[in-house]
Amino acid sequence: MSQSNTSQSQISTLRRQLTQNPVSQFFLKQREASIAIIGVLLIIYFESQTSVFLQHDNIINLYQFTAETAIIAAGEVMLLILGEIDLSVGNVYALAPFIMYFTVQDHYPVVVGILAGLLVSAFIGFLNGVVTVFLGIPSFITTLGSLYIINGLTLTISNGFPELTPGTGQIVNIMGNGPYSEIIWTVIVVFILQFVLSRTRWGMYTFATGGNIVGAKEVGINTNLIKIGNFVIVAFLGGLSGILASFRISSIDPLAGGSTIMFSAIAGAVIGGTALNGGVGTVVGSLIGVIVLSIIKDGFTLLGISAFTFDLILGISILVAMLLNVRLQMLRKAGN
Amino acid sequence: MADTNMSALRVEHISKNYGAVTALRDVSLGVKYGEALGLIGDNGAGKSTLIKIMTGYTSPSSGAIYVNEELKHLHSVSYARTLGIETVYQDLAMISELSVFQNMFLKRELLIRGTPFLDNGRMKREAQEFLLTLGVKLPSVDVEVSKLSGGQRQAVAIARALFMNAKILLLDEPLAAMGAREGAAILELINNLKKKNVAIIMIGHNYAQVLEVCDRINLLQRGVITYDKGVSSNSMDELNDIIIREYRIDQKQAESSAAADGANKSH
Ligand SMILES: Nc1ncnc2c1ncn2[C@@H]1O[C@H](COP(=O)(O)OP(=O)(O)O)[C@@H](O)[C@H]1O
Ligand SMILES: [Mg+2]
Repeated sequence: MSQSNTSQSQISTLRRQLTQNPVSQFFLKQREASIAIIGVLLIIYFESQTSVFLQHDNIINLYQFTAETAIIAAGEVMLLILGEIDLSVGNVYALAPFIMYFTVQDHYPVVVGILAGLLVSAFIGFLNGVVTVFLGIPSFITTLGSLYIINGLTLTISNGFPELTPGTGQIVNIMGNGPYSEIIWTVIVVFILQFVLSRTRWGMYTFATGGNIVGAKEVGINTNLIKIGNFVIVAFLGGLSGILASFRISSIDPLAGGSTIMFSAIAGAVIGGTALNGGVGTVVGSLIGVIVLSIIKDGFTLLGISAFTFDLILGISILVAMLLNVRLQMLRKAGN
Repeated sequence: MADTNMSALRVEHISKNYGAVTALRDVSLGVKYGEALGLIGDNGAGKSTLIKIMTGYTSPSSGAIYVNEELKHLHSVSYARTLGIETVYQDLAMISELSVFQNMFLKRELLIRGTPFLDNGRMKREAQEFLLTLGVKLPSVDVEVSKLSGGQRQAVAIARALFMNAKILLLDEPLAAMGAREGAAILELINNLKKKNVAIIMIGHNYAQVLEVCDRINLLQRGVITYDKGVSSNSMDELNDIIIREYRIDQKQAESSAAADGANKSH
């Protein structure tokens, strides 16, 4: 009896020390900071091992890994906070540039093509949202269906062949081909979405809907609108990311993106501190999560470690991140 | 509001079905400004359903709702709110992941003038001041609601309802999650609100607490109001009698259906 009592109180003392110690306080509150520190340590390690990690070419390489995924991850965070998910966004990524391509084939200017690609992407998000919300189908299933539908559509309209990206001049540089274009787009997207999340009604309602949907409805929040709107945001960003990629590499590949980029984005978001069961998450965290993943991937490539091992590491990282999320949430709740 | 006999909120012949389940059969009741009406009844009697109808969260299957004696169709919570009707739900409808001030301002946020951006600084200050005027003590308005005690949450929920000048306050079991001292603080809060001429309908389980603060009692049984009287020294006894009679009827029904079962089985 007394034995177990002592260990009980020891545990609670330990927990108090853990949660009240200023250093762990910092890590509990600043999840992004702790992930960023891991990223910096990884950079130091890879630089010391390869001595080319921080060279210009490799940095460029690194950010190309990062930018397109981070743009998608930023949108996916909004859905994850809602306790929803979009599995089809990587296929929107592949479809959008084809919509642009065929619009330009029809003798419209490139800008119109880009807008058409984005519009179709947003519309797919709208359909995902409407089906999920009004038919009550879990978004995991809804977007699994649209994943295949969109993929089939892309393969059909392209006949499975890649095309050259249309357009010349400044628009091409702005939309992904310029050396810093994708970085700038990523920063803009992350900045805006983080701001929306923490400084606007939309963000507050997104947290409210994800945290307690019944409560959110009872205070009069239109939770259906919030959900559908965030499905539109993530699909729109999938389209934007795909269009940027098509300008960066000057060709449009029907097999680009897909589940690979979608899962990387979700992995980045989770590693960056977003809980899959809703209510918690930051866009900046997802960016840092995706950067850390890219650092690992790139570092492994430079070290000559195989892609197979990378998947192994990725899987472990996700599990560890999820465990940390759960543990940290428990500690946070025990904190006060 | 010149006429002191005018009902603040009145419902007539309200019924509500959820598919085959009849939650409310035929309910009529009303409450005046400065009056507290206690609504009591067993679990499943339909009390929460009635509150949800009066706050525009669900619509009745039939019946009419009058606010200030004008027929109103409460098609949404937001609309009911514009009429001065505020509700504190049984499940509190608080968002645990958001802070106290965010919860208090949810759906009526203050924005930085001329922008779509939240004015967090001003919201914190105003929430803090308002809680002080109600005598609600919290460590900080920045703290997540998940970290508050049951009583603190309830106080915040009521404060939130009053925050936008509620004229008609509906409380669904406001004392349920609370210790005796916290409960007393909430009862005092309700008494103060009556003095400020707020119309209150309060659902309660604990008759002693309901009788302490309410002016009139309505008993809801199986979707109908079966008792409507001002609170007097006899109220407790009367209510106890009704409940005991009810219990006996239930028992008899149980016995006879058990007997019927037995009879069926023996065939
Ligand atoms: N959304 C709903 N769907 C189906 N049945 C419901 C719903 N809400 C309440 N009910 C039913 O209506 C009846 C009254 O419930 P409620 O109003 O919550 O009772 P009380 O608050 O008096 O305990 C119960 O039988 C309950 O099961
Ligand atoms: Mg109830």
